[in-house]
Amino acid sequence: MSTNTDTVLYDHPGPRARARNRILTVVFGVALLALLYWVYARFDAKGQWAAPLWKPFTYASTWTDYIIPGLEGTLKAAAVAMVLSLVFGLVFSIGRLSDHRWVSIPAGAVVEFFRAVPLLLLMFFIFYGVPFLTQTPMPVFWAVVAGLTLYNGSVLAEAFRAGIRAVPLGQSEAGYAIGLRKSHVMQAILLPQAARAMLPVIVSQLVVLVKDTALGYIIAYPELLQLGVNNLSANYGNVVQAAIVVAIIFILVNTVLTWLAGWLERRTRRAGRTPRVIGEAVAASGRAASGVGEAQG
Amino acid sequence: MNVFSDPANFDVYVTGFLWILKLTIGGTVGALVLGVLLAAMRVSPVPVLRGFGAAWVNTFRNTPLTLIIFFCYFGLYATLGLTISDNLERNNYWLGVIGLAVYTAAFVCEAIRSGINTVPAGQAEAARAIGMSFRQTLTMIVLPQAGRTVVAPLGSIFIALAKNSTIVGTIGLAESSNAMKELINANGDVVIPIFLVFAGTFAAVLIPSGYAFGWLANRLAVKR
Repeated sequence: MSTNTDTVLYDHPGPRARARNRILTVVFGVALLALLYWVYARFDAKGQWAAPLWKPFTYASTWTDYIIPGLEGTLKAAAVAMVLSLVFGLVFSIGRLSDHRWVSIPAGAVVEFFRAVPLLLLMFFIFYGVPFLTQTPMPVFWAVVAGLTLYNGSVLAEAFRAGIRAVPLGQSEAGYAIGLRKSHVMQAILLPQAARAMLPVIVSQLVVLVKDTALGYIIAYPELLQLGVNNLSANYGNVVQAAIVVAIIFILVNTVLTWLAGWLERRTRRAGRTPRVIGEAVAASGRAASGVGEAQG
Repeated sequence: MNVFSDPANFDVYVTGFLWILKLTIGGTVGALVLGVLLAAMRVSPVPVLRGFGAAWVNTFRNTPLTLIIFFCYFGLYATLGLTISDNLERNNYWLGVIGLAVYTAAFVCEAIRSGINTVPAGQAEAARAIGMSFRQTLTMIVLPQAGRTVVAPLGSIFIALAKNSTIVGTIGLAESSNAMKELINANGDVVIPIFLVFAGTFAAVLIPSGYAFGWLANRLAVKR
């Protein structure tokens, strides 16, 4: 990262620039320390460093009763929603690319609609609204999973579509030339290549999913925010501390997933064998998916 | 049958979207200011600033917004005593804006930084050759070009921000998701029309916005 921007913005620093950078380092270092001290003092003034507030994290019961079950709830919802949204994305991307307008137009409308509606609104409708229609209560797990699937599935559908369209036209022409049917060209030629090109996008969508499970807190799904922060702090009165610990867990999980995405990207980038246009499509759909997707909840 | 012909219900609907609008505006302004500052820090020659920017991005991009908004209320306000307005609703609004801005700034920062990387090195080299300083190179040569390439990703970020504004309902603000929940609970016979009106309003505003940003991005693209 820095090597690239370094060369764009400034030369290798000379003696004067180095001196100036050192001064800036000291000035901002001091300002940063002052800020940290202010936060520390502020915490101190409200008694947030008191041992009883931090001690619960040394009890085994805190982890076995709250944090680990919460993490399980988060990961379980994310995993199920990921599998379902991959299926949803696959079906609707192919639907949107269909030659039949009575398939492609509704598929496009569904994808555009669920990408534009806030996930929380969707979850509220599924959790509070659907039971009025079905006359049976909606299990909270499935309300969370259904909302996540519809939203992330639509984002993935767009990513897949970009990936499929980025495969050079000659590939499918060659398929037709040797007598393959349309569905066979899609299955045997287009999808495998699109899937490989879209792998990093798919994994980074997982980060979004993991974060979005936290919306389940609002409809009382027992995930990490609900159990690890809300319920835990109800017992020990340590909201600030619990939120910090849970945030660190979220950051760790998502950092691992981001790292996995980077590793997959490096592995699947085989020089000379991937058509060049795919790189652009990944960038384009990455923008679409990570821009809209990652910024969500 | 028609829920929204009742003025009280219509009022709930309008108030909900007014809060979304206000949160989106406040969050956008905050996120842009913070995000540009963070991006400048992340490309600056000073390691302390680069580290601070990187830490901010890694922390807030990987933390759920729901947790951040939750913390703004229960942590900043209820525990640490940060009060911005004596009016509880106003106060919740500002806490929500802080959470949205802090979270979204991480994404704005990354978008701008990737935009800076698309500016050819020769541009900055030419600027330095005629004696421009780092600040001049950044503000007069690099950022204007970078700004034009990041219109599309920034557009996506602000559309996401508008949708994310519903999460401020967590801390009791009567924004549109809470408004919809209230109407659904009171009118169980017409849940589908209620959902379609709320979801449709978002779709009717945000889908065209997405296309508008795409059109604008094409128009402003720096041809290379």
